Formats: sequence, structure tokens, C-alpha cells
Amino acid sequence: MIDKRVKTLGEAVAGVKDGATVLVAGFGAVGVADHLLEALHDQGARDLTIVANNAGNGDVGLARLINSGRVSKVICSYPRSGDYSAFLNAYRSKSLELELVPQGTISERMRCAAAGLGGFFSPVSAGTQLADGKETREIDGRLHVFEKPLKGDIALLKADKADRWGNLTYLKSARNFNPVMAMAADLSVVEVNSIVALGALDPEAVATPSIFIDRVVVVGANA
Amino acid sequence: MMPSYQPLTREQMAWRAAQDLPEGAFVNLGIGIPTLTASYVPADREVIFHSENGVLGLGPKPKPGEQDENLIDAGKNYTTLITGGCYVHHADAFLMIRGGHLDVSLLGAFEVSETGDIANWTTDDPAFPPGVGGAMDLAAGAKEVRVLMEHTSKSGAPRILRHCSLPLTAAGVVKRIYTNLAVLDVTPAGLVVLEMVPGMTLQMLQSMTEPALTAAASLRSLQPPTARAA
Repeated sequence: MIDKRVKTLGEAVAGVKDGATVLVAGFGAVGVADHLLEALHDQGARDLTIVANNAGNGDVGLARLINSGRVSKVICSYPRSGDYSAFLNAYRSKSLELELVPQGTISERMRCAAAGLGGFFSPVSAGTQLADGKETREIDGRLHVFEKPLKGDIALLKADKADRWGNLTYLKSARNFNPVMAMAADLSVVEVNSIVALGALDPEAVATPSIFIDRVVVVGANA
Repeated sequence: MMPSYQPLTREQMAWRAAQDLPEGAFVNLGIGIPTLTASYVPADREVIFHSENGVLGLGPKPKPGEQDENLIDAGKNYTTLITGGCYVHHADAFLMIRGGHLDVSLLGAFEVSETGDIANWTTDDPAFPPGVGGAMDLAAGAKEVRVLMEHTSKSGAPRILRHCSLPLTAAGVVKRIYTNLAVLDVTPAGLVVLEMVPGMTLQMLQSMTEPALTAAASLRSLQPPTARAA
């Protein structure tokens, strides 16, 4: 019987190695796997490369990992969001490297890795600082920039409901980066508000199919 | 004696930009003055607003007590979904932006050049890390990119320039500029002034604009309603 449920947050993030690339879903504070990020803090892996839209808020989750010196690189589109003091301190002390990527390019680079493609040419950032050093090509008269796929060792995801196979549904704009990150990591781990029986999710409403999910853990009131 | 004129308020600028959004258009509103535009779409027009974080059919701000913690806009403020709206994931939200599926992208800017270059993502302040968000996607991808910004800086320096001085967001993409003084089109022949606020002359507008301006044959007065609501 397929059963991807794990009982504890510790089991959910077990095995993350030093130097791992971690895909952290969410946009602002919405759709972020706060519990899994805390569990990763407890787990202890170091020298992490984080892929996220923003770069942490306050001293919880991703910000706490940064404050604890566990993050060596952040790949994101917009670090200056909310209370980003953790990121700012690390950035100014040069203990952390920033790779700034346009938001749609981040998501497409992950989609590309998920789809087994070797990269893509995009008109976004052509002729700007963010294209410096990148291969370019004129396609149909327009300058394009070559972007490489971006794959994670682990994705930390937040969804609403799951079944034991790992089919997922989301709530409103909390979907954001979750489906694309779920597809783009070797190990995709999701925290959910509840688990329902196999067959209880409307097949038309499943936004992330079970094939992409490895571990499911319930958090919150139903944990 | 110099003739006197009254610059538009931010709300009036947003009102003016809203009048040009066609029936049935899919539109992304950038952070800042563009966000205000949603309130001024004429009541008999259906315009669908897109948000980069996966909301197609962004509605008005929720009433107090009706905020949903899972429903925010690109500025991370609570929002609502209109009837007929839906949610998509990030890669699809940006496919819509980058793939030319949006009819209009309405952006704020620091500077715009006479050839339609736009600079709106960084002031290059070394004390702070840069942030680009969806700015480059929005500037590169929509069928039509329009800018809403103050005509000059706080110190009175032109922000419509021959060449942008700040790092570019995208080159040669802006088609129309709405400022607090005028509406201008970026054309292969240069900047064409379509409308100016009452009391403004082309000569005065030119003194606040670096590249050469020409007046459209149809040059009109720019007169939004003085009342807040459209």
C-alpha cells in the first residue's frame, strides 16, 4: 500500500545533506511551509542554497535559518519584503551570496528542470544588468537570454489537503510556487492542514498529482 | 507671467489610465499608482486584473473582518477574487505575463527614455540588496506596456529622458506614458504629446522633459473629474 504520510516533522526533513539546494515555496507569508522550515533548522544541515521568491521575514522559518548561519546562498527575485533584517545582515556581512533572478525566470527555470529540458531562451532581462555574462541569441528579431534549469535536492511545500498518495489541493493564492517546486526537486515534502481518504479529493481539483510528492506531514489543528 | 496649471493627483492619474483600458482586457497593475487604477474602470466595462502570484480576476480590497489569509495581491496586501476569477500557479501566472497574453501591463517607473526604455527596478543603492520581483517579466511580456509616473522627480528633474540613467528593466517596450502633467505616446518619430493639463503649454512641458516633444494634431486638454470616485 502506498503511504507517503510521515508522523513527525523530523521524519519529513530527514536526510537533507550539507550543501543541499532547498526549494522554499511561498509568496510573502502565504503558502510557506513554516513548520518544515523550523524542522530543517532543527535537522542541522548547513551550507544550504535556498531558492525562494523572498528571503525570509522576522526570525522564523527561512529568516531563522539565515540568522543561524546555515544559508550560504539565496536565489530569489525580491529579498526586500517584510522584515528582511536577517537577510540584510547576512548580505552586508557577505556571509551569504545573492543570485537575483526575475520572478518568472525562477519559476520557469524550475519548470524546465521538472520537464527534463536543458534550459530556455527568454526575452526577460535582455539588455539589463541581470543578463550580464549570460549567453544571448536574437530570435525573430528580438534579443533573448539563455537560462539554465534549476533543480532542488528537496522542496518544502505547503498545501491544504492531501491523500496518502500525495495528491494535493491548495487554498486560493497559497498555491503560488508550490506546484512548480513540487515538480522540480528530487525529494518533495509537503505540510498540509489535513489528510483525507484516497478518493475524497475531486480529481478535477488536484493541483499537484501524487507522482511529484514523496512525504506528507499534517500540521496545525489536525496534527 | 507664467500661466498656472494644476498637476493631477495620484488618483486622477490612475483615473486617466483606467479610461484607456478596453472592454474585455486582461491587465496587470504594478505596485504604486497603477494599483489605484482598478477603482476607476468605467462601471459598464469588464476588465480582468491579473496578479503575478496566481490570481486571475483580482477584486477590490476586502471589507474589515473579511480578509482571507490565503488571498493576497502582488503587494502582499489582502485582496478578493471577482466572480469568474480563478487561481493559477506561479509558472502559469508568469507564462501569462511573458507570453503576451496580457493586453496591458501598467507599470510605475523611475525613468522612461524617448525610445521606450524603462527603469523601475533598482536605484543602485549599494547599502541595500537589489530586488527585481516581476518587474522585468511585466516590462518584457505584455502586448502593451504603459507607464504611470510623476513627470519630474521631487527636485524637479526630468524623468522622461533621452537615455535612462538608472539600470534598465527592459529596452524599447513602453508605448504610452501617463504623468501628472500629460499623456504621451512613444513613437518611432519620438515622443508625441496627446493631452496636457489645463494651463500647460508645450514649451513649459518641454522644459520639464529631456527629449524633444511634438504635439499631436489632436492635442487635447487632460481634465479628469475633480471628485475622487469615477
